[in-house]
Amino acid sequence: MNGGDGEDVASTVAGPVAPLEWKFTQVFGELALGEEVQEVDVITSLEFNKSGDHLATGDRGGRVVLFERADRKEHGGNRRDLETVDYSVSRYPEFRYKVEFQSHEPEFDNLRSLEIEEKVSNIQWCQTANGALILLSSNEKTIKLWKVQEKRVKKISNLNIDLSKAEGIVSVTSSSVSSSSEQHFTYGSFLDCPRNCLSDNLFIPPGGIPSLHLPVVKSGETRLIARSKRVYAKAHHYHINSISNNSDGETFISADDLRINLWNLEVNIQSFNIVDLKPVNMEDLTEVITSAVFHPIHCNVLAYSSSRGSIRLIDLRQSALCDSHSKIYEEQLAPGSRTFFTEIIASISDVKFAKDGRYMLSRDFMTLKLWDVNMDSGPVATFKVHEHLRPKLCDLYENECIFDKFACCLSGDGQRAVTGSYSNMFRVFGCASGSAEATTLEANKNPMRRLVMTSARSSRSLCSGFTHAVRLERPGLGSGNSFDSTRKLLHLAWHPSENLIACAAANSLYMYCA
Amino acid sequence: MSTVDEPLYPIAVLIDELKNDDIQLRLNSIRRLSTIARALGEERTRKELIPFLSENNDDDDEVLLAMAEELGVFIPYVGGVEHAHVLLPPLETLCTVEETCVRDKAVESLCRIGSQMRESDLVDWFIPLVKRLAAGEWFTARVSACGLFHIAYPSAPDMFKTELRSIYSQLCQDDMPMVRRAAATNLGKFAATVEAAHLKTDIMSMFEDLTQDDQDSVRLLAVESCAALGKLLEPQDCVAHILPVIVSFSQDKSWRVRYMVANQLYELCEAVGPEPTRTDLVPAYVRLLRDNEAEVRIAAAGKVTKFCRILSPELAIQHILPCVKELSSDSSQHVRSALASVIMGMAPVLGKDATIEQLLPIFLSLLKDEFPDVRLNIISKLDQVNQVIGIDLLSQSLLPAIVELAEDRHWRVRLAIIEYIPLLASQLGVGFFDDKLGALCMQWLEDKVHSIRDAAANNLKRLAEEFGPEWSIQHIVPQVLDKITNPHYLYRMTILHAVSLLAPVMGSEITCSTLLPVIVTASKDKVPNIKFNVAKVLQSTIPIVDQSVVEKTIRPCLIDLAEDPDVDVRFFANQALQSIDHMMSS
Repeated sequence: MNGGDGEDVASTVAGPVAPLEWKFTQVFGELALGEEVQEVDVITSLEFNKSGDHLATGDRGGRVVLFERADRKEHGGNRRDLETVDYSVSRYPEFRYKVEFQSHEPEFDNLRSLEIEEKVSNIQWCQTANGALILLSSNEKTIKLWKVQEKRVKKISNLNIDLSKAEGIVSVTSSSVSSSSEQHFTYGSFLDCPRNCLSDNLFIPPGGIPSLHLPVVKSGETRLIARSKRVYAKAHHYHINSISNNSDGETFISADDLRINLWNLEVNIQSFNIVDLKPVNMEDLTEVITSAVFHPIHCNVLAYSSSRGSIRLIDLRQSALCDSHSKIYEEQLAPGSRTFFTEIIASISDVKFAKDGRYMLSRDFMTLKLWDVNMDSGPVATFKVHEHLRPKLCDLYENECIFDKFACCLSGDGQRAVTGSYSNMFRVFGCASGSAEATTLEANKNPMRRLVMTSARSSRSLCSGFTHAVRLERPGLGSGNSFDSTRKLLHLAWHPSENLIACAAANSLYMYCA
Repeated sequence: MSTVDEPLYPIAVLIDELKNDDIQLRLNSIRRLSTIARALGEERTRKELIPFLSENNDDDDEVLLAMAEELGVFIPYVGGVEHAHVLLPPLETLCTVEETCVRDKAVESLCRIGSQMRESDLVDWFIPLVKRLAAGEWFTARVSACGLFHIAYPSAPDMFKTELRSIYSQLCQDDMPMVRRAAATNLGKFAATVEAAHLKTDIMSMFEDLTQDDQDSVRLLAVESCAALGKLLEPQDCVAHILPVIVSFSQDKSWRVRYMVANQLYELCEAVGPEPTRTDLVPAYVRLLRDNEAEVRIAAAGKVTKFCRILSPELAIQHILPCVKELSSDSSQHVRSALASVIMGMAPVLGKDATIEQLLPIFLSLLKDEFPDVRLNIISKLDQVNQVIGIDLLSQSLLPAIVELAEDRHWRVRLAIIEYIPLLASQLGVGFFDDKLGALCMQWLEDKVHSIRDAAANNLKRLAEEFGPEWSIQHIVPQVLDKITNPHYLYRMTILHAVSLLAPVMGSEITCSTLLPVIVTASKDKVPNIKFNVAKVLQSTIPIVDQSVVEKTIRPCLIDLAEDPDVDVRFFANQALQSIDHMMSS
């Protein structure tokens, strides 16, 4: 390793924010040596909730797995398993498996003869209420609202009708979830009748009937139960690419290739179409929606990105159908620089707002761009992520990797951005002006092994030394050849308030903190 | 465990099933909670049942919803109003659950109980409950709290009143938009219980906070309280405090807010009095009628009649009518449709001259609108039109519109117009009907769509009821019976259906002389579906005709059918025969 060179570059960094030292903290679902990746286990979405105490992942098999913060006393302090381990002197944020549930099943659309995959492509957390975790999950067609809540497992005893003495009378089942040892009886006609025909004029003495009593309920262990509360279906003709919750806590949007629909969380039978790009003649179609997201503070503002590399901001106050945008953000390409791939690599795969709503981050195949909402002439910063792959675009086109949709994320303080790449690598960039932080990490237990710091920040036209950096970090593999397009790190999330990144490499979830 | 006497068995089962694994049985028990309470007696209900319910509150939402509803009417079962407070704890927990409908029901029940509680109990139990909820950790509790203030406030001592007002003011500024929305929704109700002196200060400042909220969703609920507050304030205060707000709302950036204003504006006119209405509200309303956003125009157009009723005719003609004229050729069909459904109500306001001169052209253009919904909306309000402009003028333009709708290529449109035919017939009279509409009614019997044929048959029945059997025997029955020879069996079925509907209206004599022979002939049809329908029709005619006719005509015919090779025909024939026997024996 030519680590010395890397450090030299790092030492030249001059900025207000010092680069972060990333440490591996945890991995879930790591493959054993020689173990094959199971297709259904591949993680296809992940999201922290607003407080950062919970993390949800969705996988190709339609399952959602929830993790919870484990290194905090106040969180679930009453639980026995917490008390057995001493977490008070925690060195790093730690999460643990909480619960898993099957969110979507494979379906078949009979009308259009299409298979609908169960893959959970989007997860959005809703406002936590009354201790219950509430989240939306979607596959390509259907969105579901889930409530995950602790339920006490109950043991019922002291019933009026004694099961053990029920002799000839067909009796009731009264077993609770846990009391499987009790006998189960079925209802006979004898009992059906009195229950339903119980007359109100049955004589009851004024003081009541002393021999009757209420059953005794003993609460046992608590269990987490996930229940599907609502299903928002049949509103999308094309594949849903994103869902996003509104800051008003009562609405969300879902976007497919051509349309964006607005839903009320409480109403699953109607949604309102707010953007419709579908032309009368499909041949006139020039671009599709690739991602849509609500502004974190202003409930009336949303942004959506297109396959032509533009981000449009729309104001829901303006009109009911917002086909005309209020602002459009795109970068003008230098004339003459067009190639066959120009349009393909311009397509934005993900767009996110910073927490304060002032900045937006977008990811296209080659770069990560930071936009100021108040400046639509061009991005305030462009970070080159895949510049070293430019000579290989042909290969990437042939194996369709050029269409991979990489996610991107801003840190809670808006100072840094992260996005994924091939070879299970992800890159962290400093966004603050003057920061030249650019760290490359690989999703494994030793992320700093290939870490390199370099000044990858380009002020628009200035081509940075990233290609150089790549050579530095993988000297053994020869220049430019150093990537494995089958190991792609598409999905990652930054903790809302701490320097903690969760990223998904195939079926493994890696966490890093700094 | 004790054993239970036989007669108590059902109640014992009901009690045990409060905790059954099967949610349907738990629901059933909860719905019979009053029976359980009576069986336990008032004292044990208070001491055992209610605490039991309070402890077992992590059930499914359906069960919790039923529980919230039952507890609202539970005062008699706990021993009357002096014990009403024992019902508060279980409802308090239900006020905090995450499912909105359960919370709403719990709040509703708490209000119902609170309004019956004694004043001292309200102070001891209800007000502390409201305060606890308002300070709740989760937004759900705080949302519920907003709906309880109007019950708690009136009986509170002065010290508590001040505190309650300040708590409500905090809720209006809560971090969570859900809480602010709940505060905005309930502000009108709360304000109605607050003393006039505090109304102008405390409540108005809360109102102002809400009207300046960042969230559209909060602001548009504040619009709703404008009218409610306006009615509570003195006119001059209303003009000073509410009017500027509503005028600025009517120019809000958000179309949803303007939409709400368009819906509510007329309610405020009375509160502010005639002069401010003329100077401020009419211009605001005119702006809304000309809004850029179609949704806003729809809302405004839908209220045009209600608004005009408040104004003087001159104002309406001068300011509103020009807008109405524009709206009648609006680019959005939904705007025109909304206008069409209310426009006729303007006629009495404007008077006959203005109506004929100004309104009638608009009305006629809407009647010729390219969208069927618009035309239908006009036709559905025909009774109002008729009173103002008279039938002669109307019929000239009406008929082409009706004929066009009757032949519309969308069957739902045809269905809609059929439903209006009896109304039209009664309005337009026999003469007009015979000339113009009779043929249409017959034509629908042979429509390609079953629902239309079905509706056509029903329509004939309603017409027969309207114009009487004598008219029907001339104008309906012969034409209908002619069609029984249609080569397609589905059309013959329709005729059979029409006959069975007409028979009860026409009475025994006509049925026996005219309808019955046709039915009997149809029993010789070659299609089994016709034959078993004959059996059904015959069964339905049994009560109408004399017993002798039943024996002489219906029974032999059914006996024949009962030996048909087709199993369905035999089945229905036998069923009809059984019903004859049943009639005879009873």
